[in-house]
Amino acid sequence: MSKPGAAGSKPVTAEAPAGRTEIRITGFGGQGVVLSGYIIGRACAINAEQHATMIQSFGPEARGSACSATLAVSDTEVLYPYIGRPDVFVVMSGEGYEKYHDDLKDDGVLIYEKNLVQPTVKDGQPTYGVPSTRIAESLGRSIVQNIVMLGFFTAVTKLVSREQMREAVKASVPPGTEDLNLKAFDAGCDYFDEEYGQKQSAISGQLSATTGD
Amino acid sequence: MKADPAGVLTGAHYLDGDFACGEGAMAAGCRFVGGYPITPSTEVVERISRRFPMIGGTFIQMEDELASMAAVVGASWTGTKALTVTSGPGFSLMMENIGLAAMMETPCVVVDVQRGGPSTGLPTMAGQADMMQARWGSHGDYESIALCPQSPQEAFDLMIDAFNLSELYRVPVMFMMDECVGHMTEKVVIPPAEEIEIVPRKLTSRSVGEYLPYYADRQSVPEFARAGDGYRFHTTGLTHDERGYPVMSAECQEKCVRRLVEKIRSNADAIVRFEEFGTEGAEVVLVAYGIAARVTQMGMEIARKRGLKVGMIRLIVAWPFPEKRIRELAGEIKAFVVPEINYGQMVLEVERCAAGKASTVLVPHGGGGVHDPETIAEEILRAAK
Repeated sequence: MSKPGAAGSKPVTAEAPAGRTEIRITGFGGQGVVLSGYIIGRACAINAEQHATMIQSFGPEARGSACSATLAVSDTEVLYPYIGRPDVFVVMSGEGYEKYHDDLKDDGVLIYEKNLVQPTVKDGQPTYGVPSTRIAESLGRSIVQNIVMLGFFTAVTKLVSREQMREAVKASVPPGTEDLNLKAFDAGCDYFDEEYGQKQSAISGQLSATTGD
Repeated sequence: MKADPAGVLTGAHYLDGDFACGEGAMAAGCRFVGGYPITPSTEVVERISRRFPMIGGTFIQMEDELASMAAVVGASWTGTKALTVTSGPGFSLMMENIGLAAMMETPCVVVDVQRGGPSTGLPTMAGQADMMQARWGSHGDYESIALCPQSPQEAFDLMIDAFNLSELYRVPVMFMMDECVGHMTEKVVIPPAEEIEIVPRKLTSRSVGEYLPYYADRQSVPEFARAGDGYRFHTTGLTHDERGYPVMSAECQEKCVRRLVEKIRSNADAIVRFEEFGTEGAEVVLVAYGIAARVTQMGMEIARKRGLKVGMIRLIVAWPFPEKRIRELAGEIKAFVVPEINYGQMVLEVERCAAGKASTVLVPHGGGGVHDPETIAEEILRAAK
């Protein structure tokens, strides 16, 4: 939970209730940050019977510089819509990393774009990198970078099942682009399986309170 | 009557409050929007302007808010359900024609997605400081109806009620959202059209020669004749008689204004709506609305864990205010605590109704965010002492 303020403010004294996962996604405006947040929220709220409240950044920062979306996902009603220190931080630009990385919980999960972000990792911080832009380019369209990241995110966090997230991708992207986006999504999942397949048990234990898996 | 299926996007959606508000309007039968887009309300008209061509609605981006409200009043006189959408600065500019709508008894809905003020204030951040403006914003005596949703789902649901109330009482209904509810995205379930009850315009059954546009009992609402249906009559912002013609006398003013006030006051019990929980045996009762109500509920839970008996009234309809219930509770409890994102508006109503029987504590917030639930909990603990 956070103090009065938009999605970027400091945490407050009250503790986040158990069963609540807080997520921040950031990148530069145009990378599809808000759409990524929307798809995660949709997967949780519509396909996985959870409660999910998404807040997106508005104002000049949403149009070019560090743009951000936050999600509060819970098995009970989300009363407080803003987040404090996120459990998961998805970062797709260096500027976004600089602006928000201090907020991430000490044991929070860092997911980043390998070629655009050079994180300083704290001891014991679960950290997962993916060259999502390169992968998107190899699929023919760099614009689906955010969906590659989304596939990777889903594989890392297991917040919802891959199928549930896939359904949300299909329902959220512009008509006619479903195939390309689903390919991008699968490529993100595959990258995780290839690079981090063995380490998976560690992270799934961390988020099991909300995923129930 | 049931909703027109054309405007109802049945299903489970993931929508922000502004989009949900727009969907609610279309489901309610709204087919005209005149507006001058302003943050944080822009998404309401974005949604509507994209969907209107498919359902036979008309959206006009007007030159300013004065014209927007004027267009809405005109559209409503054709029998079309009409809406305008704005935020604080535009709400101020609309006040003159909101008064005209009240005086001419024109059904319509005005959405105000509240942001921090005064003046242009905080365009992208939440406020709740237009609540008294919703009640007293235009000059002269009239009674207002105002609703305040706390979630995107409620933005949809209450929009239907807003249109229905505007038709029932022939008044402009104020739809008091806030930036946080408007810009948050949550699950919104839109029911099938046959489950949505719609109040149609109460058209006159009188013949052209017999129709009197403002003939009604002391507490009731006159019958409506649409422009273009062949009825020739006059309507005006001036004090008028049953024929709608100006009459400049204290007697006519008394009759005219009394009915504008009494058609709402005498039906207040039917219009007032609130959610009440945990008030039985409570020492402290919280009163909140909109986004502040969600955070207040968290403050209540913290205080309860610390052993206090705390209940809550969540206003769904802010105007008319639930006077009776607040008066009753005042005799049973120690204090009301009222967190709102302003420096004291609805708290004045609570204090008036408490009439010294219970103390009243404001938990103010200047805008730009929401309260820290811990701050609310501390105020509850202090009030209980």
